[in-house]
Amino acid sequence: MEFLSYFGGVFEPLAFALLVGGTIGGLILGATPGLSPTMAVALLIPFTFHLSATQGLILLGAAYTSTVAGGAVSAILLKIPGAPANIATALDGHAMAKKGEGARALHLSFLSSGIGGVIGVLLLIFLTPLLAQWALAFGPSHLFWLAILGVTVIGSLDSKSFVKGLLAGCIGLWLSMIGYDDIQGAQRFIFHDALAGGIHIIAALIGIFAIPQVLDMFAKGRSKAKIEAVDVPQHAFSASAKEMGRSGRPLTIGTIIGSIVGLIPGIGGQIAGLVAYDQAKKFSPHKDKFGTGHPEGLIAAESANNAMVGPSLVPLLTLSIPGSPTAAVLLGGLLIHGIFPGSDIFERNPEVIWTFINSMLIGQIFMVIFGIVIAKQAAKIAQAPLPIMASAVLVLALFGSYSVQQSMGDVWIMLSLGLGMYFLEKFGFSAAPVVLGLILGPIAESNFVQGSLIAGAQFDGPWAQAQYFTTGTLNIVLIALVILSIGYSFLSHRASGRAAVNVEGVQA
Amino acid sequence: MTASRTQHLVSSSIILVIALLVGWVSFTEQPAEAFLFPRLISIFFMIFALWNFIRAVMGLSKVGEGISGQTARAIFPGLIVMLIYIFWAAKGYGKVPALEGHWLYDWVRRGLGFYTSSTIAFFLLYSLYDPAPITDIRSWLKRIVVTAIFMAIIYGLFALLLKVQTPRGMIF
Repeated sequence: MEFLSYFGGVFEPLAFALLVGGTIGGLILGATPGLSPTMAVALLIPFTFHLSATQGLILLGAAYTSTVAGGAVSAILLKIPGAPANIATALDGHAMAKKGEGARALHLSFLSSGIGGVIGVLLLIFLTPLLAQWALAFGPSHLFWLAILGVTVIGSLDSKSFVKGLLAGCIGLWLSMIGYDDIQGAQRFIFHDALAGGIHIIAALIGIFAIPQVLDMFAKGRSKAKIEAVDVPQHAFSASAKEMGRSGRPLTIGTIIGSIVGLIPGIGGQIAGLVAYDQAKKFSPHKDKFGTGHPEGLIAAESANNAMVGPSLVPLLTLSIPGSPTAAVLLGGLLIHGIFPGSDIFERNPEVIWTFINSMLIGQIFMVIFGIVIAKQAAKIAQAPLPIMASAVLVLALFGSYSVQQSMGDVWIMLSLGLGMYFLEKFGFSAAPVVLGLILGPIAESNFVQGSLIAGAQFDGPWAQAQYFTTGTLNIVLIALVILSIGYSFLSHRASGRAAVNVEGVQA
Repeated sequence: MTASRTQHLVSSSIILVIALLVGWVSFTEQPAEAFLFPRLISIFFMIFALWNFIRAVMGLSKVGEGISGQTARAIFPGLIVMLIYIFWAAKGYGKVPALEGHWLYDWVRRGLGFYTSSTIAFFLLYSLYDPAPITDIRSWLKRIVVTAIFMAIIYGLFALLLKVQTPRGMIF
């Protein structure tokens, strides 16, 4: 119960203002189609440079939580998921809104997000120290395999093509090696002076997530199509709250699935929402009503995608393995502020980490309150013309990447990676494995080098390294998980043809 | 819509060339200790890139919508403005020794400065992609007002609040 003693930090004036501002801003950004939560958090990181680590993390955590929930607003009122995590929300949410039940759908959405989110953060609070204790047993070989597992899981599960997902992970790992080698001081893959310092993670994140979205908005051209929001008649909140109390089954299914998905490195809210929706349908006596504006589908999807948020930080804080692409961006934010995840994170930075986690707990409550109050206004902002959004994101990306190190080199890297990612995405590559490779590359390499040194001392012969990295129960379990993630993905891609393409079609 | 076989072939060839280049650098550069990890990764990089290429050659690569002529035409003007904005307007461009000393070259090389170029880029991109008729005076006024408000917010955030020292060019 150590976390209880750090609640005071959340209520310090600036921290509290950042929590409120981050929640409201996140709800609006989340409701805006085309601005993904991952990109929103990436663009916010430069604003945290002048804040303390605690304050910066509170802002990023609030934005992470509320962008996921905010995406439900546009999913319900505009039938455009604000984020991939809200695809399942749109299925029943918009049908409810069209029937004149928009307010009811919004209430249920934010209430289920809040309940799922609180349970998710409680899991974060209670599981993280346990996992941190367990992580003490991890040596360099285990951490190496964990980093590789993070890349293979996201590469194989988050991609529309098995081989392209793993290839994207390799591209990310290669990008992470650019610059000077830390131990030997040797130059590696420095093709231009701007790359001498390596690729700064924040500039890379901004480029990879923001520039493709800017170009996608350009690609829509001078579109006259106007997004119309449906009218939202009043609905008593007390009635929604009572309905929520009677919706234990979809809420439980969504929360459990969201929590489990969050704990698995690299998967994210999109899968949580869709799997929860599917399972809620299977267990419901009203299966035929799903898709026609049935609240159970909405509750399951929203509770799942917010329950995922807290647990996605458990492997991040203890093992440096992000549970979702947005958590990967958050890892960049942690590193910028000198917070290095690991088994001793609660010993080194108890105040920062506990205050941050507590702020996420309180942020869930704010998210429900502000979400219900400003949802209709957020939907109006979400209708902002694409040319304004594209221009604004581009300018913010430029200023954000420049402010990292006050270097034009970072801006050029940001743009180059962004353009490269746009073309990669057009040929079926996902951004998430590239980012995971970029973030986990240095972790994998430092542990690989350390492990190689230990191997030389522990074992004899030419196979010393192989012996060190492949023997021991934990190594074998991790290697098995790597193979399992790759094998499962390979078989499911073959079996389902291109099921993931259909999901992408719904998203588009 | 999916990308054509030719597009998949071109994209997978480019990736294969990059993978081979990474592999070649990893296995030829010294000291070997510094390239231990790159060697390991480059092996998988080359295998997956080759696999991806073979799938494209066999016509099995079907994921990804590719870039249609319509998309290319739509993004082209914005891309040009974006490149000029980032590579030149914000802070000049790289040196061209042969032209150094010429007044026009020196003047142009200074760039416009961060805030001026950002304002122009925002306004240009907004105008390029705004569906409002070009003759509509009210839409031009709206663009000017939106640009001014947005840039004022950016200036307030970065210059006044975060105190980011942006490069100054010939204007601001």
